[in-house]
Amino acid sequence: MLLVLCLLGTPSWAQPPMRWGGDAEGGAPFVEADPTDPSRMVGFDVEIAELVARALGREPRFVQIAFASLDQSARRGDFDIGLSGIEDTPARRASLAASVPYYQFREVLTVRAADAGRYTSLASLRGRQVGTLGGTIAYDLLLDAEREHGITAVSYDDDVHPYSDLALGRVDAVLLDHVLAERAMRRTAGLVTQAQVVATGHYIIIAGPQQAALRDQVDEVLRGAMRDGSLERIFRKWNVWNEDQPALFARVLAGTTDMAATEPSVAAPAGAATVAAVLPRYLPSLFRGAALTLVLSCAAMLLAVGLGVAIATGRVYGGPLVRGALTAYVEVMRGTPVLLQLFVIYYGVADVIRLPAFMAALLGLGLNYAAYESEIYRSALESVPRGQLEAARILGLSTSQTLRLVRAPQAFRLALAPMTNDFVALLKDSSLVSVLTVVELTKQTQIFATNVGSWLVPGLLCAALYLAMSLPLSHLARRLEQRWKASTA
Amino acid sequence: MEGVHGMSLLRVRGLRLSRGTRTILDGVDLDVQAGENVALMGLSGSGKTTILRVLAGLEQPDAGEITVPTAGMVFQFHFLFEHLTALENVCLAPIHAQKATRAQAEARAQTLLDDLGVGHRAKALPRELSGGEAQRVAIARALAVDPSLLLLDEPTASLDPARRNDLGDVLQALAASGRTLLLTSHDDDFVRDHSTRVVILANGRVVEQGDPRRVLDEAQHAETRRLLV
Repeated sequence: MLLVLCLLGTPSWAQPPMRWGGDAEGGAPFVEADPTDPSRMVGFDVEIAELVARALGREPRFVQIAFASLDQSARRGDFDIGLSGIEDTPARRASLAASVPYYQFREVLTVRAADAGRYTSLASLRGRQVGTLGGTIAYDLLLDAEREHGITAVSYDDDVHPYSDLALGRVDAVLLDHVLAERAMRRTAGLVTQAQVVATGHYIIIAGPQQAALRDQVDEVLRGAMRDGSLERIFRKWNVWNEDQPALFARVLAGTTDMAATEPSVAAPAGAATVAAVLPRYLPSLFRGAALTLVLSCAAMLLAVGLGVAIATGRVYGGPLVRGALTAYVEVMRGTPVLLQLFVIYYGVADVIRLPAFMAALLGLGLNYAAYESEIYRSALESVPRGQLEAARILGLSTSQTLRLVRAPQAFRLALAPMTNDFVALLKDSSLVSVLTVVELTKQTQIFATNVGSWLVPGLLCAALYLAMSLPLSHLARRLEQRWKASTA
Repeated sequence: MEGVHGMSLLRVRGLRLSRGTRTILDGVDLDVQAGENVALMGLSGSGKTTILRVLAGLEQPDAGEITVPTAGMVFQFHFLFEHLTALENVCLAPIHAQKATRAQAEARAQTLLDDLGVGHRAKALPRELSGGEAQRVAIARALAVDPSLLLLDEPTASLDPARRNDLGDVLQALAASGRTLLLTSHDDDFVRDHSTRVVILANGRVVEQGDPRRVLDEAQHAETRRLLV
């Protein structure tokens, strides 16, 4: 270590700081905000980043990057090096400068204690739901297991909720790195991790594709830290040292760097994950995602329209109590983020009502949009001239007849254009429900993009699918409006 | 009281109505006989339109005694139902409030529109009608439920002189066929030519009434003279 410092070390004032990217949301033992001082990061990845930075004579500076965006950020140059439990995959090696592996993990299955005897392998989980973190090797393993063993893969945006949903019974097993599984078992009671290792993988440090020289320096520092025991000290301090690591260190020091090839148990897509190669595999799932987006949006809009009409009618015709309650509902739903509402509906009330993910998504979007729709209908109802209502009253029509025959039909024509806008907005907002493990179009695109290491083709395909859904709708609305304008004799 | 003989179709006594601190009607007495064609005149704010609105049941008076028959009303701005054709506007109440069959209601609506000279516009939407046509459709709509008293608020306000004379002829024909009319107007020429009686209102009270030519040409009351300046 000292040798490395002497070879590479230059006074830190001469060098720019080493920006290193990681996701503090990933949590301990990787990267976590220090509970006693949230402005400081702690974790083994933090210590490794500091070790690398100091060895290169630079001051480490943490850059917060969402886990799923680490590859893209590396390519954009948002940081010099990235490490946050980043897995070694052929796609990463093909598209980024990737270091030698510095840690070997095991993909393990965690189940509820009561199921420990039943669900011992992916094969034993036929017909069951198995959760994991999206865009990981574990997720690819589960996609393969969908075909091979008939399980259903459930993708999460973080590594905490798979385990809480496991305890709640929403999924029957979770497949993830043993580091995450051990942490989850400390947090959640009643879970058991199966001893059988489903696969093994490695954590690596990434840098932008043009940063081969920096990567080589990082490799040198890592090898030095393996030799002099400083890496072992870090892993022991964070309780993640095990017998796999000396073997890994030996292989790395022997010069075997193509780790993905020497570990056939890691079921990442074979060969370079070019867009052309994986397009046929992802296209059907993109269409499935689009179909789900459409079904979810239509169902949520139906709920929003029905509820919106009821709220608007109550606010226009109801007594002060009804009006007050409905106004409060509208203000709360419009004044808080739909993302928060989705979380509350799916996770927040899970102890009372355990809604399936799709139902929670439908309910969350529907309840939120109902507030917006009700405002459209209310203002549309109120823009029908009072004189028409008086004319109807003098003619002997009752209040409900006036609403049904005079007010509502005209209000609906006024509401149509803003309603169409809202539906298009809902179509896009439906991408938020991916936080509830619903894999709709945007989430599916994200998985695709992560796998091929590029957003270009997946992004264009995704945009085309959204437009294919929203444009005909806008067109239909315009046609209807024109027909009403032109309905003359 | 002049112009009162036999049973009144409409009988109003001591009608009072205020909005906040403002007194709008300050003890109005009014009688209208069947078949009369009465014009209410007065400066803006004299309470003309408010009387019509009270008689139509749109305003609740503070005090007063009213014997009012079924009243139909034609608003100054017509307020036709914008999403319905002229014919549908006329049919709506007979079908839904009076439970007439659609065929009956449509046949009668077409007859009313024909009588008022707008039969050929039956399938037009309100926004496609001229002001005069819309007014006649509004009259047909009000007549479709057979009110015994037809109220018209400022029917001459937005008509050119030729259309105003046409309207006068239409109203006289209605009166001749047994309808009873009560309208408000600012147009003394129209009232002279087409009304059977004029009632002058000032500050929420009736100040003068009688034969239009006599009242308007030999105005007794200062308020009436102010009206004719």
